[in-house]
Amino acid sequence: MLKKLFSRQETLVGITLVALCLLIGTINPVFWTPGNWFDLARSATVTGIFAIGVLIVLVSGGIDVSFTAIAVFSMYTTTVIMNQIGFQGGMVAFFALSAAIGALLGLINAFFIARFRLPTLIVTLGTQSLFRGFLLFVIGSKIIRDLPPGMAQYSGAFLFTVTDARGITVGLHSAVLFLVGVAIIAQLLLRHTMLGRSIYALGGSREAAERAGFNLVRTQVFIYAFVGVLAGIAGMIYGGLNRQANAQDIVGQELDVIAATVLGGASIAGGRGSVVGTLLGVLLVTVMSNSLILVGIPSIWQRVVIGAIILIGTAVPAIRALHTARRANVDIEPVPAE
Amino acid sequence: MADAFLSLSHISKSYAGVQALDDVSLIVKPAEIHCLVGENGSGKSTLIKIIAGVVSPDEGQIVINGKPFPRLAPMDAIREGIQVIYQDFSLFPNLTVAENIALNYELSRNTRIVRWGEVRRLAQAALDKIGVRLPLDAEVESIPVADKQLVAIARALVQNARLIIMDEATTALTEKEIRALFGVIRNVQRDGVAVLFVSHKLNEVLEIADKAMIIRNGKVVVDADAAALDRNKLVYYMTGRRIDEADYDYVPQSKQPLLEVSHLSSPGNFEDISFSLYPGEIVGVTGLLGSGRTELALSLFGVLPAMRGEVRIDGQLVRIRDIQSAIRHGIGYVPEDRLTEGLFLDQSINRNIVIRTIDTLRQAGGLLSPARLEAHAREWINNLSIKTSNPELPVKSLSGGNQQRVVLAKWLASKPRILILNGPTVGVDVGSKTELHEIIKSLAGEGIGILVISDDIPELLHLCNRILLMRRGRLAGMFERAVLDENKLTTLLTESTTIGSAVPSPQVQ
Ligand SMILES: Nc1ncnc2c1ncn2[C@@H]1O[C@H](COP(=O)(O)OP(=O)(O)OP(=O)(O)O)[C@@H](O)[C@H]1O
Ligand SMILES: [Mg+2]
Repeated sequence: MLKKLFSRQETLVGITLVALCLLIGTINPVFWTPGNWFDLARSATVTGIFAIGVLIVLVSGGIDVSFTAIAVFSMYTTTVIMNQIGFQGGMVAFFALSAAIGALLGLINAFFIARFRLPTLIVTLGTQSLFRGFLLFVIGSKIIRDLPPGMAQYSGAFLFTVTDARGITVGLHSAVLFLVGVAIIAQLLLRHTMLGRSIYALGGSREAAERAGFNLVRTQVFIYAFVGVLAGIAGMIYGGLNRQANAQDIVGQELDVIAATVLGGASIAGGRGSVVGTLLGVLLVTVMSNSLILVGIPSIWQRVVIGAIILIGTAVPAIRALHTARRANVDIEPVPAE
Repeated sequence: MADAFLSLSHISKSYAGVQALDDVSLIVKPAEIHCLVGENGSGKSTLIKIIAGVVSPDEGQIVINGKPFPRLAPMDAIREGIQVIYQDFSLFPNLTVAENIALNYELSRNTRIVRWGEVRRLAQAALDKIGVRLPLDAEVESIPVADKQLVAIARALVQNARLIIMDEATTALTEKEIRALFGVIRNVQRDGVAVLFVSHKLNEVLEIADKAMIIRNGKVVVDADAAALDRNKLVYYMTGRRIDEADYDYVPQSKQPLLEVSHLSSPGNFEDISFSLYPGEIVGVTGLLGSGRTELALSLFGVLPAMRGEVRIDGQLVRIRDIQSAIRHGIGYVPEDRLTEGLFLDQSINRNIVIRTIDTLRQAGGLLSPARLEAHAREWINNLSIKTSNPELPVKSLSGGNQQRVVLAKWLASKPRILILNGPTVGVDVGSKTELHEIIKSLAGEGIGILVISDDIPELLHLCNRILLMRRGRLAGMFERAVLDENKLTTLLTESTTIGSAVPSPQVQ
């Protein structure tokens, strides 16, 4: 039982995370201040929501690189629309509209993937350029700093604030609730609903899933629409926290998010991955990119360290899988490269 | 007529120029055990996929329970009570044993919320029916082939099926589990469930069948009461010829053993195994599941390196630490689980065959000549009579038995000096089995030493000049072919006490 626990990627990432925190915190006690923790939570929120979407796609055996384009498209378009109609209401409406636009764009992905059975990477590479191009050339490319009031006030929506010894007031932003909510929903969905299990089945063996009578078109439509909704929400949070709508933002982060998800135990080959693992992967990457500076590692080296950790973190389970495969049943052979 | 559960009429199906089924009609009545026999590639699995709604026929009608289905979908077939145990198992490698057994049932009764307690309960009940114990929480990917097959069987039994279709569902099982399965079949038959049974093991067919349908090249040759058939007739209708197989005639070639194994042990797997293999010998290794026979083979191939003992090749002490060193010493191994582990299913037949020999086919400058690769692959396709319309098609498009041959071709092509074959003809039809046996014999005639792991008794007797019997990890006996016959070997295999009459290893004159 204990052995099984220790052989899981989640455990491994969790232990690394705790060790890293202890290390950084020992070298620089600033790490333990509420200000730092609130910052970490804030940075992890957007990546975390994206990562949950990536997780679902990876489990189904696909890969999506268009979610960043969907996020920025939904956020920017929502801002433009709200500005134009002179919307005076609160942030909820922004999230709703952005999520709806995201869902729509997700459905475009789903259409090509489910209907024409095209490879997911090809489709989403295509739609990424498509969405982004459409945004920049049709909707707008200028940075909007003059935000509608609801959105402008969002960056100050703290859950609570504390004032530290030096008299600086810091707060935990309410956006983190989205991450918590999304994580809970994803966990319930993946683990306890037939729809969730059909995503694992699809990722494990498409043929077996078809033979069992799963409606795979419906499953895939759901997956990509859901990822669109998550991207729309995450994009809106991003815009709100930064107090601007920049059409050039977000796109470019997709590989980092995918890497964090894989680090958390999701398999690129499909069929494997968990919400807890994904969250741990995101936290690990966030702590590294936010806090290495605290221990004096210059920011140019951060990318190198993060890259190394991701490489090690994904290589370890791969090597372990190879070993168990060898022991269990086998056509074990050195495969010449194609 | 009216009481037929399933009625297929004039079904035809072709794949890119191959007529897989040609005007096939079949009627299955409740509580009837209908066997389907035919050579590899004759269309059995295709027919089954059509009944399951996985493949749609080009022509013909499907009527289930009196209802016509112009376009049968998998879910329709399942809702009408048709359960299929597929030749390739069709399991989810990433899910647990319990979920694999219960998932399809939960889906078919429209479950929205998964209750894990219920999943385990369903799975356990299905496993109890066939009387086996499997770890419910193990991922299916990590369990041995025989267990995977048991999971596939258990899954079909979860549902209240009206027709259970078994496409070679016994290939990986040993006698004990087959007995249990037949018990289950007779039980469900009493409840009015029909069974459509496909197997290349003709004794099984003759034992269980009420009716038998024989197809050849996609056409029905005979559909008759099983009582009217015997083994010879079955073989004749399947292949269009009579088959006689001569036992292997071993001619000693050298006094120097090719392979000498002494006191080899791997705790928990096997203990104190000693034997030798001379050039030109075919030595059988048999024993029940769990006797350590597969582990012994894996250890000689470097997968499970032995802890104690010695291995000599040509009299030289060697250490087989891993697969690479085994291959360097000229050892080849054809694994047990070929269907799921031995092939790149999406790659072409040609590529799969040349993959092990690609280095030797390289030309000056390290380039590969496609023409040369193709010629090499073609030679093996002919040698093993692999039935395909185009060797550029993915291996996936071959019938199950022909996929097995591709794996064999791949390993035979690499010309090993010592060849270990684990169940070399599992899932291969009787006619081709004889052909494969001839190939194995001629390889041995060329001086290769061959170890054949099998529990197919006639096969062992035809092929081997010597047979090792393993029991609970130990060598329980070593027998010259001459002192054995079918009855004797069967008794030895199933007997539980240790035998004293072991004959020492052969003396080369
Ligand atoms: N998807 C496919 N594409 C092309 N050809 C196919 C495909 N599926 C089956 N075939 C061909 O149809 C024929 C019948 O195959 P099928 O799998 O039904 O044989 P089978 O009787 O089940 O044989 P076995 O005993 O080897 O399992 C074979 O010649 C096979 O190559
Ligand atoms: Mg078949």
